[in-house]
Amino acid sequence: MAAHLKKRVYEEFSKVVQQQQEEIATKKLRLTKPSKSAALHIDLCKATSPADALQYLLQFARKPVEAESVEGVVRILLEHYYKENDPSVRLKIASLLGLLSKTAGFSPDCIMDDAINILQNEKSHQVLAQLLDTLLAIGTKLPENQAIQMRLVDVACKHLTDTSHGVRNKCLQLLGNLGSLEKSVTKDGEGLAVRDVQKIIGDYFSDQDPRVRTAAIKAMLQLHERGLKLHQTIYNQACKLLSDDYEQVRSAAVQLIWVVSQLYPESIVPIPSSNEEIRLVDDAFGKICHMVSDGSWVVRVQAAKLLGSMEQVSSHFLEQTLDKKLMSDLRRKRTAHERAKELYSSGEFSSGRKWGDDAPKEEIDTGAVNLIESGACGAFVHGLEDEMYEVRIAAVEALCMLAQSSPSFAEKCLDFLVDMFNDEIEEVRLQSIHTMRKISNNITLREDQLDTVLAVLEDSSRDIREALHELLCCTNVSTKEGIHLALVELLKNLTKYPTDRDSIWKCLKFLGSRHPTLVLPLVPELLSTHPFFDTAEPDMDDPAYIAVLVLIFNAAKTCPTMPALFSDHTFRHYAYLRDSLSHLVPALRLPGRKLVSSAVSANITPHEDPSHQFLQQSLERVYSLQHLDPQGTQELLELTIRDLQRLGELQSELAGVADFSATYLRCQLLLIKALQEKLWNVAAPLYLKQSDLASAAAKQIMEETYKMEFMYSGVENKQVVIIHHMRLQAKALQLIVTARTTRGVDPLFGMCEKFLQEVDFFQRCFIADLPHLQDSFVDKLLDLMPRLMTSKPVEVVKIVQTMLRQSTFLHLPLPEQIHKASATIIEPAGESDNPLRFTSGLVVALDVDATLEHVQDPQSTVKVQVLYPDGQAQMIHPKPADFRNPGPGRHRLITQVYLSHTAWTEPCQVEVRLLLAYNSNSRIPKSPWIEGGEVSSQVETSIEGTIPFSKSVKVYIMPKPARR
Amino acid sequence: VCGVNGRFAWLVEGGAGQDVGRSCILVSIGGKNVMLDCGMHMGFNDDRRFPDFSYITRNGRLTDFLDCVIISHFHLDHCGALPYFSEMVGYDGPIYMTHPTQAICPILLEDYRKIAVDKKGEANFFTSQMIKDCMKKVVAVHLHQTVQVDDELEIKAYYAGHVLGAAMFQIKVGSESVVYTGDYNMTPDRHLGAAWIDKCRPNLLITESTYATTIRDSKRCRERDFLKKVHEAVERGGKVLIPVFALGRAQELCILLETFWERMNLKAPIYFSTGLTEKANHYYKLFITWTNQKIRKTFVQRNMFEFKHIKAFDRAFADNPGPMVVFATPGMLHAGQSLQIFRKWAGNEKNMVIMPGYCVQGTVGHKILSGQRKLEMEGRQVLEVKMQVEYMSFSAHADAKGIMQLVGQAEPENVLLVHGEAKKMEFLKQKIEQEFRVSCYMPANGETVTLPTSPSIPVGISLGLLKREMAQGLLPDAKKPRLLHGTLIMKDSNFRLVSSEQALKELGLAEHQLRFTCRVHLHDPRKEQETAMRVYSHLKSVLKEHCVQHLPDGSVTVESILIQAAAHSEDPGTKVLLVSWTYQDEELGSHLTSLLKKGLPQAAS
Repeated sequence: MAAHLKKRVYEEFSKVVQQQQEEIATKKLRLTKPSKSAALHIDLCKATSPADALQYLLQFARKPVEAESVEGVVRILLEHYYKENDPSVRLKIASLLGLLSKTAGFSPDCIMDDAINILQNEKSHQVLAQLLDTLLAIGTKLPENQAIQMRLVDVACKHLTDTSHGVRNKCLQLLGNLGSLEKSVTKDGEGLAVRDVQKIIGDYFSDQDPRVRTAAIKAMLQLHERGLKLHQTIYNQACKLLSDDYEQVRSAAVQLIWVVSQLYPESIVPIPSSNEEIRLVDDAFGKICHMVSDGSWVVRVQAAKLLGSMEQVSSHFLEQTLDKKLMSDLRRKRTAHERAKELYSSGEFSSGRKWGDDAPKEEIDTGAVNLIESGACGAFVHGLEDEMYEVRIAAVEALCMLAQSSPSFAEKCLDFLVDMFNDEIEEVRLQSIHTMRKISNNITLREDQLDTVLAVLEDSSRDIREALHELLCCTNVSTKEGIHLALVELLKNLTKYPTDRDSIWKCLKFLGSRHPTLVLPLVPELLSTHPFFDTAEPDMDDPAYIAVLVLIFNAAKTCPTMPALFSDHTFRHYAYLRDSLSHLVPALRLPGRKLVSSAVSANITPHEDPSHQFLQQSLERVYSLQHLDPQGTQELLELTIRDLQRLGELQSELAGVADFSATYLRCQLLLIKALQEKLWNVAAPLYLKQSDLASAAAKQIMEETYKMEFMYSGVENKQVVIIHHMRLQAKALQLIVTARTTRGVDPLFGMCEKFLQEVDFFQRCFIADLPHLQDSFVDKLLDLMPRLMTSKPVEVVKIVQTMLRQSTFLHLPLPEQIHKASATIIEPAGESDNPLRFTSGLVVALDVDATLEHVQDPQSTVKVQVLYPDGQAQMIHPKPADFRNPGPGRHRLITQVYLSHTAWTEPCQVEVRLLLAYNSNSRIPKSPWIEGGEVSSQVETSIEGTIPFSKSVKVYIMPKPARR
Repeated sequence: VCGVNGRFAWLVEGGAGQDVGRSCILVSIGGKNVMLDCGMHMGFNDDRRFPDFSYITRNGRLTDFLDCVIISHFHLDHCGALPYFSEMVGYDGPIYMTHPTQAICPILLEDYRKIAVDKKGEANFFTSQMIKDCMKKVVAVHLHQTVQVDDELEIKAYYAGHVLGAAMFQIKVGSESVVYTGDYNMTPDRHLGAAWIDKCRPNLLITESTYATTIRDSKRCRERDFLKKVHEAVERGGKVLIPVFALGRAQELCILLETFWERMNLKAPIYFSTGLTEKANHYYKLFITWTNQKIRKTFVQRNMFEFKHIKAFDRAFADNPGPMVVFATPGMLHAGQSLQIFRKWAGNEKNMVIMPGYCVQGTVGHKILSGQRKLEMEGRQVLEVKMQVEYMSFSAHADAKGIMQLVGQAEPENVLLVHGEAKKMEFLKQKIEQEFRVSCYMPANGETVTLPTSPSIPVGISLGLLKREMAQGLLPDAKKPRLLHGTLIMKDSNFRLVSSEQALKELGLAEHQLRFTCRVHLHDPRKEQETAMRVYSHLKSVLKEHCVQHLPDGSVTVESILIQAAAHSEDPGTKVLLVSWTYQDEELGSHLTSLLKKGLPQAAS
């Protein structure tokens, strides 16, 4: 009866809605809310067949429901649920319940009783599973409510015996997500309530359905993720699952074993079929190693990945993974690696020239050979040889991680890594080179290994070569022959791929400075000096010769005896190179020569560094002048800016700071200049022209502040405040200028309002920093804020103008580490005279290769701009995959830009440059009220823009008219 | 019902493993006869080169005896006798092989025929037409496709690596199955993937065991060595000769060199001696799905078998100056182009010859590998070998570890080793038995191995019977066996379990009542009625769960068992109890008699 009444109520209600909608559109908003459930109810009642009802529900599910009306909708749904006979409709309702209970702001505990209730009477397995899913959604929504969690766990346990795998799956999922181990909570009263969730889940490890087994393991992992400590007893159960027939079970089991091994690494487990016992982590390691030769590649990848993170494993086991006892006709055979090592240690350097060189030696005791070991034997050997490159990459990564934690293992795995340099897939090769670089601190390359490594220098892939140069930078070489070999191969590389020049020079720089004593005996040979005769002076422009010199000079830095071996022209070349390639050639202490600047030893702190001191002093000098005559101030500023710029050029490590400060000073200078203009004293209409200068200054200051804010990495909040303050001043200047040049009050009114909003926004964003801004423009402005709010625009402008003129110069605190983002376009070089010809209307791909320094998050900020001669500009967003990260703070952009244009009569140049896109919202410190959505977006809409940060390169192109 | 015995016969086997030897195995499983491979022996030129097919039937027709023939891959030691077998001996049944094998096999057979007939002038050899006719009988199968040979026999192919199109076959009859591996490789190489099989748990796994006692070094070392040697020789300006067999390893080495040339930007020309290779290469390009991950993934951009650096060889090129690499057939330097080139280049120490495989004794290849520097050629010429001689083993068979790995993957009940040397197989057999605890066999040529199997036989049960039996006891428990009463009817290899009534009805038989009667003597001086009363009260107290009744005519019933007391005709002090029960109550009846034989308790008197 009650239901009937309710129905009537809604029916009438909805009628009203429809009439209202037709008549007055404005009232619609208020009335749609209650109608949501009502409309649904009517629809459901109207539905004649289950298919109809399903359609209505589907339609309903497309629109979101407000938190307030959720409960009403839920009631309607439940009511309909009881009446519905068709399981598919019930299923949809159950899924809707789950969706609705996830609505933000709705507390689903009120529908839990109903949900559990309908669960008990449900017969269809699918609907049951869906209902359990709904309960899971409810349970996860209420993580604090212990009672509800207990109840849900009870429900799950009850349905665990269901015959359908879907239901059991969901039950296990529920247990994994909600089950707890905290027994103390409700110990009083019923002991039944406390269930050992782990035991219950563990029982389903042997379920007949593989999906349920997987779900059980996943539930267990979920428990672990939620911070419950798993029992050690699970280990044995999980081990049995490793030989399951189904790959998803095995894959999950491997994970579980890994988890347990991390929890109980030191406990002791017995080895079956013997009396011995080993540590659990070792045992688990062996088992996971075994899975590296599993039949399914998914499991293999999983196993190989997990191996890398098992650092507690004993070294004895670890080393077995690289061991694969070779034999031939039952006789022990040495691996090629062992042979290479032996040859090396015996002083001979050749291999495999004779047939039978690898002839097997000693007999093997047949009983002792274990072909399928339970242990870790050869896991990596197999993993690295795997058919699927995914497995190989995972194995290389695991090797890397293990080698980083164990130097002895690093030494052993070297041979295998070196072998991976010849993999058929480039990704794998690259990965193994990177891995080698990461572990290079722990290793010294043998000559034969170096030989193999260097052979890869001829690879046609630029990535590979550069990764290899990078690797050579931090490799330890053991002999002077090794160095010589490396040099020869690098020079070979240089002749084959001249574009690698910079990378090779850099590589030799590090190679030299790492091995001064090994380079020393090579010097005469490398410089081809002769004890008695003078030799011809080599060509100074030869990149190969420069490469040799870079190696030698860097070695000479820590080897004072070396310069004695130089001939005269070497010293001359040194002087030249020191100047032209200062980043590659260090300062040398040369005997009896004044040429050399006093060498800066590395251990003085930046504050004692004279150049740093100079920087500090010049800045302080500027800041201290507060009340100098305007002329003097301007001169001093100009002087200081020039000094700073030159300093930045000379001292690369100070370039960031110097540039940053110089930019700031330039802003200040512009501001002073603009304020000094005579126009302020004259009536506005007469000086329209001159005001150009002031408005241009304001614009430039704005630009410079954006540069300061977004182009430097390491800018802290302190600086951001100052920058924003400067920008505010620029805006004030703009306001004043426009106020003077425009007639009429109306536009001014809006501008004033906007400006005041900006001030307000500034205050809110940087409220914590305001005390540091005493006596500043904004400080004074804020004092007068109440007055400003009420005054007329003309008044406001006047006040602002005086404020601006009176404001003092803010001290810019220097950040610790600051670097200017910069980019160099390597390719296209812009030297070609041959135009790139293509048919108009079609596209031509232009390879762009650039290095980016100190760019944060280049994937989203760096853009390529192409400027056509007709002024048309095109902005290209490179793909994220086009960015590579060769080292900290450095990025490499290798991409293709598509050019197209209508036909030209002459070839012409287009400009290509890189832009740094910024978004002013990203830098603003997050304050609680911003998150609360209180700040209206119209105040400071995110200002987006771009800053060009590379030199533009000209490309000669020629779109030809299409031939008919 | 006793188990159906699987009969497996290892028919003929060749000599020294490697590429020589005849593979031909006969399997009888569940009453079906299957021939696995039909290989020839390279070493013989007489009758011994083909298997002795008369062994199979003595003098019946092969087609009647064999249900099908399966060829694992296109190597001649696995398919070389096929035209002889099907056309000359006579077999018209189906021959199964994979698509690449079907495509490449006739090329090799034709080549083989040409050498045998045209070059060596042999008579009584199969003709080109025979090869064509033979190939018409072939049914091609896809990987993992289950092919129904007939109603009961089904076969399924798995990837085996080794060469293009090589497959392992699962042969299944009812619940019994055999897996035959053919030749396989568990480590992937440059053009093929690794063999793979699911956990099919066959009754028997027949595996090759060429490298039963070898564990090979990682293939990367081998590859690297090979590439380094070639690269060094070419950089020196030398010429490199690589004698190969036309198919299989040759393609792997081509891919290896091709990618290396590509990577390293090398310019020296690589040549491949023409001939059947070109045809075969065409198929390699086609059957991309059978190759390894790398080739499969990149063929959209470029088919790896469309070589950029490898060109066809012309005789005149051998005298060209400058470095070059030449692949030439045959692989053992015993004749043909490879030998010609070798003679041209042997004198220069800059040059190099790389032997990528095994060489049979007596060939030039074997001689130079064993270090001989002066070779006597025909016409008493002496050839001095100054060029470098290298040996690289590129073999595509599974090593001992690989075999173990495959056994571990398939989880068979028994393992049978073939295609290897007895001494080496002994070692592997011991290992397999030790590690997997399964029995392992290694029959000699012509030996037959019989394996008893215990197949599970499905029996149909009527729902009525099942429900009736269910109602009597508790719910069924999957882990415990249950006792069930019924009648098993076997009718045209079809088993059914029905209730006895229905069985009687179906068979048109009348039911026979079977009654047991037993007399028990009791010493009891009282009257018969009283004795009966005493028996009643005793049984009532003992058999609590049964229904014990005392009927008005003085007899006692326990369920359906009747007990009557009568005075002994001679001795009035002794009463005779007549106990009678039907066959169905045998259990209770015998219990009752034993109970009564113990006598009645005296306490009552």
